[in-house]
Amino acid sequence: MRIISLAAKRLAASLPTLLLILVGIFCLLQFAPGDTVDAMLAQMGGGDAAIAADLRRFYGLDLSVAEQLTRYLWRLVRLDLGFSAIYGKPVATVILERLPATLSLMGASLSFAFAAGMALGVIAARRVNRWPDTLISTLGLIFYATPSFWFGLMAIVLFSVHLQWLPAGGFGDVAMGYTGARRVLDIAWHLVLPTLTLGLIFLAIYLRIMRASMLEVLSLDFVRTARAKGLRETRIITRHVLRNALLPMVTLIGLQAGTMLGGAVVVESVFSLPGLGRLAYESVVQRDLNTLLGIVFVSALLVIAVNFLVDMLYARLDPRIGA
Amino acid sequence: MSALSIEHLTVALPRGADRPYALRDVSLSIAPGEILCVVGESGSGKSVTATTIMRLMAPGVRVEAGRVMLGEADLASLPDEALRRLRGRRIAMVFQEPMTALNPLMAVGDQLAEMWRTHTDLPAEQIAERSLAALREVALPDPEGALRAYPHELSGGQRQRVMIAMALALEPELLICDEPTTALDVTTQAQILTLIRELQRRRGTAVLFITHDFGVVAEIADRVAVMQQGVVVEQGSVKQVLTAPSHDYTRRLLAAVPGLRAPPAREISPEAVLEIRNLGKTYRPAGIFRRRRAARALDGVSLTLHRGSTLGIVGESGSGKSTLARCAVGLLGFDGGEIRIAGRPLPRARQAAAHLVQMVFQDPYASLNPRRKVGDQVAQGPIAAGTARAKALAEAAELFALVGLEPSALARFPHEFSGGQRQRIGIARALAMKPEVLVADEPVSALDVSVQAQVLTLLRELQARLGLSILFITHDLRVAAQLCDEVAVMQNGLVVEAGPIGQVFEQPAHAYTKSLLAAVPGRAVLGV
Amino acid sequence: MRRALLAYIRNPAAVLGAALVLAVLAMGLAAPLLFPNDPLGLAGRPLQWPGANPRFPLGTDPSGRDIMAQLFHGARVSLLIGFVATLVATAIGIAIGALAGFYSGFVDTVLMRLTEAFQTLPNFLLLLVLVAVFGSQIETVTIAIGLVSWPPVARLTRAEFLTLRTREFVQAARVQGLSDLHLMLREVLPNALPPVIVYASVVMAVAILLESALAFLQLSDPNVPSWGNLIGLGRNVLRVEWYVSAIPGVAILLTILGVSLVGQGLNDALNPRITGR
Repeated sequence: MRIISLAAKRLAASLPTLLLILVGIFCLLQFAPGDTVDAMLAQMGGGDAAIAADLRRFYGLDLSVAEQLTRYLWRLVRLDLGFSAIYGKPVATVILERLPATLSLMGASLSFAFAAGMALGVIAARRVNRWPDTLISTLGLIFYATPSFWFGLMAIVLFSVHLQWLPAGGFGDVAMGYTGARRVLDIAWHLVLPTLTLGLIFLAIYLRIMRASMLEVLSLDFVRTARAKGLRETRIITRHVLRNALLPMVTLIGLQAGTMLGGAVVVESVFSLPGLGRLAYESVVQRDLNTLLGIVFVSALLVIAVNFLVDMLYARLDPRIGA
Repeated sequence: MSALSIEHLTVALPRGADRPYALRDVSLSIAPGEILCVVGESGSGKSVTATTIMRLMAPGVRVEAGRVMLGEADLASLPDEALRRLRGRRIAMVFQEPMTALNPLMAVGDQLAEMWRTHTDLPAEQIAERSLAALREVALPDPEGALRAYPHELSGGQRQRVMIAMALALEPELLICDEPTTALDVTTQAQILTLIRELQRRRGTAVLFITHDFGVVAEIADRVAVMQQGVVVEQGSVKQVLTAPSHDYTRRLLAAVPGLRAPPAREISPEAVLEIRNLGKTYRPAGIFRRRRAARALDGVSLTLHRGSTLGIVGESGSGKSTLARCAVGLLGFDGGEIRIAGRPLPRARQAAAHLVQMVFQDPYASLNPRRKVGDQVAQGPIAAGTARAKALAEAAELFALVGLEPSALARFPHEFSGGQRQRIGIARALAMKPEVLVADEPVSALDVSVQAQVLTLLRELQARLGLSILFITHDLRVAAQLCDEVAVMQNGLVVEAGPIGQVFEQPAHAYTKSLLAAVPGRAVLGV
Repeated sequence: MRRALLAYIRNPAAVLGAALVLAVLAMGLAAPLLFPNDPLGLAGRPLQWPGANPRFPLGTDPSGRDIMAQLFHGARVSLLIGFVATLVATAIGIAIGALAGFYSGFVDTVLMRLTEAFQTLPNFLLLLVLVAVFGSQIETVTIAIGLVSWPPVARLTRAEFLTLRTREFVQAARVQGLSDLHLMLREVLPNALPPVIVYASVVMAVAILLESALAFLQLSDPNVPSWGNLIGLGRNVLRVEWYVSAIPGVAILLTILGVSLVGQGLNDALNPRITGR
């Protein structure tokens, strides 16, 4: 009960943020050279001023900025994201088609990065300053410094071209026409390299934070109390240290949600995944500003949703919150 | 046959520490069923002694020589697993900071039950029974509720009771207490000391009690060991050491302990330099959904400070004395009543108020900016008020001489000074503005007892020379007795009793004042 | 100050980091001397392997341009962009964080909402929007990267200010009658800066990564010899001439590694712990 009311408070507090983002981006896009109609005309192969004016009137692009903004926000409340001139479909439809790929990629990368980062961080902290720690910390540093797109390309060269173990891209082999469990496995197989690529830098971050957090908690008073009670070292780590050390990690998930979504843009590009990130890139290149705005909205919603879940999780772990 | 025998223990500190050894050739012994107090100032090595017994030292601190004999076993050289099995079962420890000694994410009952779960094979229901019984024995007000509660839901005193219950759960032969009451209020301290003494008598546990307070020693010790700079300078029965000390250092320490009997009252001026009338302050919790009630820190406080005298404000945590100090100095706004200095209301403008009232702070390590020269910090007030820089620095040099520091120290940085010296700098800084009123907020609470005595002497001298009017906040009644002419006792935001200090301390009228005075440790033995 | 410097020099990882950064700096400075011709101009036959032609030690790219020249000139670009963007982000972040942390209340709420808005939106996405709106010239890209990188700096500065604001030496200065401006700039800020300076190394690493990612997607300035650009060009010939993408990636890796090690070294030197790492 306490947790739900706490989370509801946080959710209500994020509404002004969402509004700020939307208004900000909308106004920003007004500065863009050329609008949707220009892009449409370019696609159609040209057109004269009269057609352009007609189209503008049809799409309501001839109204003042304030009026356009109000109409847009009103439509958003009804979850109507407008029409994509480039794809010829409602923006919402386009986004929904691309959402599964991005969500699976992000989910897989987050799980991988968190689990591996946590495990390696604990090992490094328990063997601090000895060779496992040095090895793990060095690897972490190298992973952190590796540009994700470059790693993706090198991974393709090694695993797809030379070793031929893994596919070079795509969200499952559409030509084979798999269904059900086989399709899921096929998608998973295609996601191995992208997950590794996107998760790498976050693995490095979680590793470092977990290690630092463990070392910090190990120096706290209550760990000394636990030792004075004669508890076994394993029990001290699992029952006393781990849960306390996880708290900063949980917060980090929320903070990194946005960055991960941004990283997905590049990774989806490298591996030709039909996801939201690649859609954003295409919208920028093709000047489909409606779609871009729609993606911004959905991204912000996604980040807010992740932060909401993180807050709930944190409140469950820490009884001091909301006391 | 002693319960514990420390033989020629030498403990080295890691490279880069301020001294090479924490302990040098220390030998102590505790007989079964007796309480040995180890007393000393900071740097004496008393805490290291306590943590070394169970090998819980800080990283880098290591035993170089000596033995720690618990019965037949040498704890200093025992293998890790054997030592782990001893911990909690044959020796137990209670630490100083109750606020951080328990795992904040685990219920109290679970942490208590861990004792039996680790060292015995008892089934869960029996462990639950014993946990409840243990909490009842340490007189926790709601034992069943406490078992389910998390540490942050209990007060400091209650947490220490839980720690004691955990420590005594498996009936160890030896209980080590590392300054367990230092962080507690004086009334809570008295309760915990009584509790420890009772439990110890009932079970015959040997107790090693570390403290810096001779009052506590007088209250509970059977035998005393005095430590200085890692060496035991004197050992003996409490009666012998306290009434007829043989070592010079012990004599100096005992002389520095302030007594509760105030010096004879002196003539004080009838002119009121600081008047506080009906002062009120409420803390409103921030946030959209206000669930907690507003806390009333000050509930109509009225006081008068006479020119050239010292008014002491004594009370425990939550009494409102710190809030009062900050309102008097202009750091906090207040919601009702008035503050008048030399007849005029306290101005809201910072610069105007700076000439009327100044403050000396509690923590010598946080009250100076670590990145600026101390001379600049003392002179910056007058410079901001318009004094020329050269003149302000010259005056600062004079002030330094006045508080017993060298004028050349103006160009140094805070980390080059000791705690006592930093407090002197703080006093100089306050005096630089030539205020009418000096508010001292627990200025000696963070200092060793010998340094404390020096700073109190300094304040007395300065008052005599400059005619200072001092509002002196403290929780330690003995310190108040030595310095103050008048005293006001505060509880829950109200002044419950006020008057000349000799009168209030010797014939207290209010029940709370009586309980405060009764709680001061060691009155009987020290004869103060 | 000297103590910190000595502590830094004794740390082998930190020295390695400094060496790497200096090496990249040297590359950038030496570029116009060693490769005076336009690095993006045609230099020889396309797609020659490294070592095949003594004139091109690192080979040529699909457009026949010297890879080594692009590597050296690219060093200038990366460091310059990284540095300027970090400056922009740090300046904005410190200003906002200081005001929010010092004043609390309404000012804090407004500024924190703004910070949250910037952080809720994925920073690369915002970068794409900014580039879409304002263009891909190198100056625009640099400022845009600075504009998306300031929120963490602001949060850190705010946290430091919140802690330091209640310290007794700040209260003492207030009681001495000193103004808010003095308190913020001369009492709090000098004590709040060290962790922010250390964090600036992280900002720089991220800035370099962001620029290279943008260049890889062909959205950065095509007239500038960026490492990311080269990696993007090598994508089409990945199957055989993978060295075109591999070499500049190693350069980015080593640069970021160097910057990160310097940052960690600074952190360890400024916050010494006797107990060891």
